[in-house]
Parts: sequence; structure tokens; C-alpha cells
Amino acid sequence: MLVAIKRAAWPRLNIEPWSIGVLLIALLLAVPVVLVLSYLFEPAGEVWSHLVDTVLQDYVINSLLLMLGVAIGVLLLGVSTAWLTSMCQFPGRSVFEWALLLPMAIPAYIIAYTYTGLFDFAGPVQTLIRQWTGWGYGDYWFPEIRSIEGAALMLALVLYPYVYLLSRAAFLGQSICVLDVSRTLGNGPWRTFFHVALPLARPAIVAGLSLALMETLADYGTVQYFGVSTFTTGIFRTWYGLNNAAAAAQLSALLLLVVFALIIMEKVSRRQARYHHTSQRHQALTRFQLNARQSLMAFLICFGALFFGFILPAGQLLWWALTTAEESLDSRFLGLITHSLMLAGAASILALLLALFLSYGKRQQGGWPTLFAVRLAGMGYAIPGTVIAIGVMIPFAAFDNALDSWLRAQFGWSSGLLLSGTLVALIFAYLVRFLAVSLQTVEAGLGKIRPTMDEVARSMGTGSGEIVRRVHMPMLKGSLMTALLLVFVDVLKELPATLILRPFNYNTLAVRAYELASDERLADASYAALTIVIVGILPVILLSRTITRSRHAKSA
Amino acid sequence: MLHYSKPIMLGLLLTFIAPSLTLAEEVVNLYSARKEKLIKPLLDRFTEETGIKVNLVTGKADALLQRLQSEGRNTPADMLITTDAGRLHRAKAAGVTQGVDSAALKQVVPESFRDPEGHWYGLSLRARPILYVKGKVDPTKLSTYEALIDPDWDNRICIRSSGNIYNQSLVASMIAANGAEATETWAKTFVNQFARPPKGGDRDQIKAAAAGQCDIAIANTYYLAGMLTSKDQGQRDAAAKLAVFWPNQQGRGAHVNVSGAAITKAAAHRENAIKLLEFLANPASQAWYAKTNGEYPVRADVEPGELLKSWGEFKMDRLNLQQLGLLNPDAVRLMDRVGWK
Repeated sequence: MLVAIKRAAWPRLNIEPWSIGVLLIALLLAVPVVLVLSYLFEPAGEVWSHLVDTVLQDYVINSLLLMLGVAIGVLLLGVSTAWLTSMCQFPGRSVFEWALLLPMAIPAYIIAYTYTGLFDFAGPVQTLIRQWTGWGYGDYWFPEIRSIEGAALMLALVLYPYVYLLSRAAFLGQSICVLDVSRTLGNGPWRTFFHVALPLARPAIVAGLSLALMETLADYGTVQYFGVSTFTTGIFRTWYGLNNAAAAAQLSALLLLVVFALIIMEKVSRRQARYHHTSQRHQALTRFQLNARQSLMAFLICFGALFFGFILPAGQLLWWALTTAEESLDSRFLGLITHSLMLAGAASILALLLALFLSYGKRQQGGWPTLFAVRLAGMGYAIPGTVIAIGVMIPFAAFDNALDSWLRAQFGWSSGLLLSGTLVALIFAYLVRFLAVSLQTVEAGLGKIRPTMDEVARSMGTGSGEIVRRVHMPMLKGSLMTALLLVFVDVLKELPATLILRPFNYNTLAVRAYELASDERLADASYAALTIVIVGILPVILLSRTITRSRHAKSA
Repeated sequence: MLHYSKPIMLGLLLTFIAPSLTLAEEVVNLYSARKEKLIKPLLDRFTEETGIKVNLVTGKADALLQRLQSEGRNTPADMLITTDAGRLHRAKAAGVTQGVDSAALKQVVPESFRDPEGHWYGLSLRARPILYVKGKVDPTKLSTYEALIDPDWDNRICIRSSGNIYNQSLVASMIAANGAEATETWAKTFVNQFARPPKGGDRDQIKAAAAGQCDIAIANTYYLAGMLTSKDQGQRDAAAKLAVFWPNQQGRGAHVNVSGAAITKAAAHRENAIKLLEFLANPASQAWYAKTNGEYPVRADVEPGELLKSWGEFKMDRLNLQQLGLLNPDAVRLMDRVGWK
């Protein structure tokens, strides 16, 4: 309330440097998205009537089904495992705590390849069945892995960690008082979960879910390999196949509008409810002690997610690497690792700083232009990487060429391409694409801090910087680390933007893995894919320990 | 965690911008849709022989073309390599290539496999014949792509999705030969002959046929070659079950596409790029394509190697390949209409 009164009392045109900065940065990051949207007004010709008559319906329905499947999958896997590992005590819990994050390090198209390798008609599992039984094709039923259900399963298996991470942080951050009250009222673990913890964790769960769904919409590798026509495959088919870039951009813009609408709907539906905790008093967390049968169930649930999301595909990769790969580790591999690490490190740190800057800007003075610009800047995650990469490439090249022309005209000197084809353009593309990840995570963390806490601190004469440092940072630490890690791993896996924007002779692990896999040499791709996983594991473990420790520090 | 000293930041900044500063040495800059693995060894050999350094970015053809277009006259790229003629034609139509009048190239690259105005030259041939499971299919019953709609083959064909350029080119070549209407009628029946909904890549079709899911697979020969020479016993065994049938030998010939190269309009190292182009067409490089990736040499005077020879000589469709580029959108629409996933 205090905030509202104060804001109303201030003159409307009080423009602070901070808010201008936020607006400018948000707008800059929104350029590629705006560029895509701007194609809505470009005539694309009669190709639209062709699309509507033939394939558009398939694209829409398949994309919706895929989203639905992934949503169910990531919620079931992510929320259940998060609740179990943070609130219940059972054997193996402390390992699952971090191990459940591992699937995140496997690119979706790689897991798709490994599952196909194992479970396809020509794969070892079905071949074995046929050898045992003497059956042939058509004599028996086996789930078809390369189907829309299969695609949803693949995506859910590698995307559930988003929901797991964010909802776990939320569960751990929930005031023990609330949960204790629930327990003293006689609620068991189930009722506490459904009636207290789940509603309280909703913003975090939704944040995780929306990340998973945006990534689903942007996925190309998996659906293309599985022969599922979605909006994304449609975009590329229209662009490459029909040679109509305008219509392809319009499809992308439509995709954006849908995502935008979903986000708005969620915000509106949440408007009534406020989720700030009334108390930050934390006591040592006593986890629900599960009995033997419950423990076994809990173990199986967590192990299932870990097994199908990580152990099985990584095991297949390892098997390929050891047995059939013609590629092996060579001196150039070190270069790939260095490049991948440097890009992922730089992009994740920058994305975190930007997310902090933007979400604080929004929190402090959220005029609607700022709000809108920040939202827009965070949309890049839902568009296929190649489209966003081109949205980055065009303005950069235009800027470089304009600068060059001007210099030529003024000084007779050519600057060539200053930024295009450099790592600056590439890292900018990463920021555009992954800002949503760090933004969602930081905002979810920031949302837990009641505005009244700022007011109290301010009333005691604490300056803004001090509030951030002494009040916010300790509470935000877990979220910040999460944001850092998510972007880090995402950049490690990122392919399309890296492929198209990288400088000459500059390769990464993801590029190497993709080049071999797309040439249908999966076994040869296994080394690079495994290295991505291994490089991704270390920060996963570090992060998980930080989150757990931040919890302990608070309860101390 | 977030504290960096100024020198480190400066150092980082320099590393980020540094790759754009190229020194004045003999170089040629290449955008390649051919995978690094399938071009780098040749480029290394070129550098050894000529002392000209080759800078390489690989990527998808359409994205590289977009990069060329937006970079305009300042593009660093001197040459664009793609793995199909359609994209080369698209690059020419976008106005980012230039004609090269090289007597040496004209002499060795047959007319149908290069641009009439010298904007691009094919460098290797990729044939897409019919593969059949030995023992299950009587090859004397096979004749043409067109005849695959015969009821004999109902539910027996494996082919990948129409999102793939190889199928788009195949259908484009049929439109060129038989007309759009006849091809659409053919495609309507053809999609109902599939043993399963299209999915996976070319190797997957071969594997599915070997495992008994279908009796006929349509795939590019170099995938078959790659499987036959694979380290993986399973792949070798699967591929060994199939044989190559060259269709349309009484008529226009089997469908082929090319991988090829074009010199960019803005090429700053034009002479070096032409040297590279000629190098890629020389007999040693041509033999390398066949040996390393099972592609057919574009020039007739180079032997394709033992494995490829074992599949026999065949008549190729001599359609000028720029037609594939021109007809590609028509082919995709046609496949959309008949419901070829």
C-alpha cells in the first residue's frame, strides 16, 4: 500500500536515469523480436492460402498437442521430484538433489537420436524381441518412439529440470511457519503439498513451465527427426522449401503472439493472488520421514526421471563412443571445449546482470513502457534459434554497412564489417535468446521479497544499494545461481545461432556434435555430445550445493 | 563471483572482436554448407599446395545465404559451397554470386552440372536411386520412379519426409520431366505406398528396410556407402542386405543432385577463390569425394572407386540442375497438397 501511495504522490514525469537505462536496454534486446514481428505487415502473397488449405492446421494442432504433452510431463516429473527431494527424507535423496538436474545437459535432439537408436524398429530392443519370439514386422505392438507422443516424452525428459529447479527453490524458500501451521492442523504430507505448498510455489512452477514450453515451441531438431510437422518445422519448410522468407517470418510472428497471449493470460489469472510470504522466519527444516513403502516409491520416482532422462541416453552415447565411433578425441577438441566454456561463461554472466538490471528496473518504477519492453525482450526464447539469429544478423549487418558507407563517404576509409561475424554479435544473440531464462528466474526470486521489506528498511534510513546488498542478495542468491546455471547450460547446447553467427574457424562442442549427427553419424557425434554433458555437470553440482547451502544458512 | 578487473574485461573484449581483424596474408574465406568433416581435409591440402590459408564457416545453406545477403558488399566470404543445386541457384537469384569464366572448369564440369553463366559449378554428384532388399524384391520388376505407384509396391516403400531437400529435388526433377499435373497424380498414389509415415534420415530408411519394415528404400548412395564402410557391425550388416537399382535407365536417367560452389559477388580474394574452385575440381580432389564420402565425381575422367563401381554404371538425369532450384517451391507445394509428411 505504501508503495502505491508514494508512487501516486510523485509527479508522473519524473524520469530517472535508471528507468531510461532499463528502457533502452530492453528495447535494444527486443530489436530482433520486433524485426520478426514487423514482417506481419509485409505482403507474403498467396502462399498463405496454400498454407491454410494444406498444412497450417497440422502445424497448429501438432504444436498444441506437443505443448500439452510436454506440460503434463514436466509438471509430473519436475514438481514431484522437487517436492520429494526438498521435503521428504528417503535413501538417496541427497544424490538425487543434484543428479536430477543432469538431463538438462543433454540437447533434446541428441536424446531423440539415442532413444531412436535403442527403441526403433531396427534398434537392438525390438530386434531382440523379434529374435526371441520369431515375430516379424506387424506381428506385435511396440510404442512408436518417433511420434508426437515420443517427441513430447523426449522434450519432457530433458526439460523437466527447469520446473524441478524453480519449484525446488520455491519449496525450500517457503517459510517453515506456513508448513508447520499446516502440519499442526493435522495435514499430512499430501494435504500440505496440495493445499499449502503447491499454491505458494505456483509462480515458480509456472515460470519453469513457461520456460519448458517456450523451448518446446522453439525446438526444431527433435520434431524434424521424428517427422512431426509443427509450427517450427512449418517455418523452415516455408522459408527453405517454399523460398518465402516473409511468410516464414509471419509464422514466427504468429508464434510470438500466441506466447505473448499465454503469458498475459497467466499474469491476469494470477492478479488476485499475492504470494509474498508473511514471515521469513526459517527454522531447521524437518523433512517428512517416509516409511519403507513410501521411501521405495519416492526412490523409484526420482530414479525413473534420472534413468530415462540421463543414465539411459548418456549410457548409449558412451557405448557408441567406446565401440563404434570413428572420431576420437584430438588436440582440436580442447579448442572446442575452451570456446564452449568461454561463450557459455560470458553469456550467462551478462544475462544475469541484464536480468538483475531489468527486473529491478521493473520493480522500482514499472511504468507500462518499461514493463512492455522488458516482456518483449524476454520473448526470444520461444522463437526457433535460427530465426532469432537472423533477427540479430540483419540489424548488425545493417549497422556495420551503414557505418562503413558513412566512413567511406566522409573519410574514404572502409571499416568493413565491424561487429557482424564477431563474437559480439553471437553473444548478443545468446542474450536475446536466453534473457527469458535469467529474467524469469530472477523475477521468480525477486517476487518472493515483499515490497514492504524494502519500505521497512528504507524507513530505517537504509539506502537502496544497502537494501539490495543486505536484504535482497542473501534471499536472492539461490535464484541468481540458478539463472546463471540455466543460461550456462543452455548456451553450451545452443546450436542454430552459434552455427550461423560464429566467426571463421570457430567451432564449439555443440557445432561438432550437430555436424556429425546431422550427417547421420550418431556414433561419431557421441564424443562431442558426451563432452557437453560432462562440461555441464560440474556447474550443475556446484549450483545444487549452493542452493542447499543457502537454505541451511538461512535456517541457521 | 561477478567482479572482474579491467584488464581482464579488456582482454575479453579484444578476443571477441579480434577474429574480424584479418591480417594481410594470402587467404580465401569460405561459407560452406558442406560439413567440416567433408571439406576440411581438402582445404588443408589446398593450403599445403598453394600457401593460401582457407578460413571456414560451416552452416545450413539457407542461413549462410541469408548471412551473405545481409552482409552485402562488405561480406568477408569469397566462396559459398552448398550441397544441392537448388540453393546455388537461389544464391545466384539473390544476386550475391558472380560469373566465373574458367576454361579449365568448363572443360571438366559437364554442362548440366554448372550454371550457364558460370555463377556456380557442381563439384560432386549425389545420386538418389532405388534401393531394394535382396531376395525379397525381384529387380526385374523395378523400372522407374514413376512405376513405384504400381500396386506391387503397396505398403513396401520407406522414404524420409518431404521436408528434406533430397526429396524436394527428386520431385522437382519429376515435375521438369513429366509436368506438374502428372507428378501430382503420381504423388497422390505414391504417399499411400509408404510402409510407415516418413521419419528419420536416409540411413534410417535403409535400416528399416533391412529390418523388414519395408522392401524398398529411397536414399542417396553415399549413405549406403557410409553404412557399408562403418565401424558398426550392425550398420554394415543392414546395408549389406540392400542392393542398388538404377531407375529410369531407358528414359531420362536416375536423379542426381550436385554439391557445388559459387564465387561471391563481393569476393575480395577472387583469384584465390577461383584457384580453390579449380583445385576442388582437379582429379585428386574428385577422387577424394568418392573415396571419403561415396559421392560420384563430377568429371567423367575420374574413377569413382571400387565400391561405387560395384553398383554399376548408370545413366544420369541430365536436366540442367538450376531447374531444381526453380521448381523447388512447386515441388514443396505439391507435396503439401498430397499430404506427404
